[in-house]
Amino acid sequence: MTSDRKKRLRGRTAPPWWFTVPALSLFAFVVLVPSARGVYYAFTDWDGLDPDFAVIGLRNFTELLGDDDARQAIWHTVLIAVAVTVLQNGVGLLLALGVNSMIKTRNFLRVLLFAPAMIAQIVTAYLWRNLLGPDGAVNSLLDGIGLGSWRQDWLGDPKLALWMIVLVVVWQYAGYSMVIFVAGLQSIPKEIYEAAAIDGSGPVRRFFSIVRPLLAPAITINLMLSIIGGIKLFDQVYALTGGGPGHATDTISTLIYKDAFTLGEFGYSIALAVVLTVIVAVASAAQYTGLARNERAAS
Amino acid sequence: MNRYTRRTAALEFVMIAVAIVFAFPVYVLVNLAIRAPGDTSSPISPTRHPTLANFTGAWQEGGLGGALLNSVVVTVVSVLIVLVVSSLAAYPLARSTAHWSRGTFLLIMLGLILPFQLAALPLYQTIRDLGLLGSVWSLVLFYAGLQVPFTTFLYVGFLRALPRDFEEAATIDGCGPVSAFRYIVLPMLRPITVTALVLNTVSVWNDFFTPLLYLSGSDQQTMPVAVAGFVGQFVSDWNLIFAALLISIIPVLAVYLALQRSIINGFTGGLKG
Repeated sequence: MTSDRKKRLRGRTAPPWWFTVPALSLFAFVVLVPSARGVYYAFTDWDGLDPDFAVIGLRNFTELLGDDDARQAIWHTVLIAVAVTVLQNGVGLLLALGVNSMIKTRNFLRVLLFAPAMIAQIVTAYLWRNLLGPDGAVNSLLDGIGLGSWRQDWLGDPKLALWMIVLVVVWQYAGYSMVIFVAGLQSIPKEIYEAAAIDGSGPVRRFFSIVRPLLAPAITINLMLSIIGGIKLFDQVYALTGGGPGHATDTISTLIYKDAFTLGEFGYSIALAVVLTVIVAVASAAQYTGLARNERAAS
Repeated sequence: MNRYTRRTAALEFVMIAVAIVFAFPVYVLVNLAIRAPGDTSSPISPTRHPTLANFTGAWQEGGLGGALLNSVVVTVVSVLIVLVVSSLAAYPLARSTAHWSRGTFLLIMLGLILPFQLAALPLYQTIRDLGLLGSVWSLVLFYAGLQVPFTTFLYVGFLRALPRDFEEAATIDGCGPVSAFRYIVLPMLRPITVTALVLNTVSVWNDFFTPLLYLSGSDQQTMPVAVAGFVGQFVSDWNLIFAALLISIIPVLAVYLALQRSIINGFTGGLKG
């Protein structure tokens, strides 16, 4: 077939544009239009009810940057996202290497370790709230193994509470990272690996020279998921600490919720949501460029 | 290299130990859920007189039956809508190279970055003005729109790797675009549909923030909101709370165990597609 005829045929067979209309209208109604309105409200003093509100320029944002609670919440959000990303993927990768071996329980362990990722975050968070409580199972366990002096009110201590939230997220999603890493590992041809072993390279060398570069797509997906999940984190904080003690664990998401629905400061709350959006966008863009380069270098 | 050596055995031992650590919270969950409220022995020592009273109590007190039904309806209907509209939209978006097509695709992909928190408050106002606050149908509408970007992203990626030959042949034989989609494209999309189905179902079923906003103050609940309300109501009655948590987990785990292979493959499907 000549390319000219092919082109004409393609014009005739191209699926019609109106196929996109249902998806586009739902998306516009639920996401696009409200988000655009949200950005507008961030520059007003809207309280969520009163139809009369004034455009106040950048005042919400200057107020936000001068507000200790907001600044701390931004810092907590970044800290949680980074800690979750490092730990969840570190643990997930180790689990993947362990499960992707000749051990007999590998299939059972894969199913078991992934199971927490299926459960609602709010449910696992309530479970852990009890486990980490003063009379909870974690303290009982420490007593049982002779480490009673380590007993803590894990969630009541402002210095520890944030890390407990990280722990709960890592517990729930390390298995998620694991299955993605396992899929990546299984796409590596065995021959390459065996050839390197025959040539005398040790397991560590084999990991960094063969596995890591070929694992790049799995790493990209895992980092993307954990960073964005960490930045948007809400359920665990809501259930574990409610942002407390004090404001020690408030994140941008919990502050948005509190400011809007208990304080009625919608404009200010949406300004926080805009900050959240900017952080997500910057993280995604940084990752996209950084990892795309990484993947190109690896291939 | 493929033998079960002493090192493999050591690895097996370590991995089982790790799995026990991971499973420990679930052991405590079950252990306390079957314990009578008066029993104050340590949460980690096995319950001596197990009872199912907490489960019947939680079921009656928490309105979990209604919440379960709402969750099923919301999840099934919204996921079905998302799969249909997203696969339909992905077809021209993946095939056409026109400007409008690329622009529309980028616009929808913007939704991958926008956090729902930004849209949540203005949408709250719209829903309130429409008198739909507290209705599960508002949730169906939200998820149907909210999940469009990710689902379309999956479908477009998958479709771009599929050959056009079958559709073109069908068109030459006089098949219209709707039939070509229904009978040629849709069947070929099956693998990625499984992935989209699994990922959407899990995220819709487990979502807490959206129903917390839009159902608050009403008698309509989904499972995660019912559980949170339950904890608020029975503050420190943990045996009852744990029974409620287990009730909410059991349907999910049952489906997971029954379909584990497809579900895990579904989660990693985006990697291959």
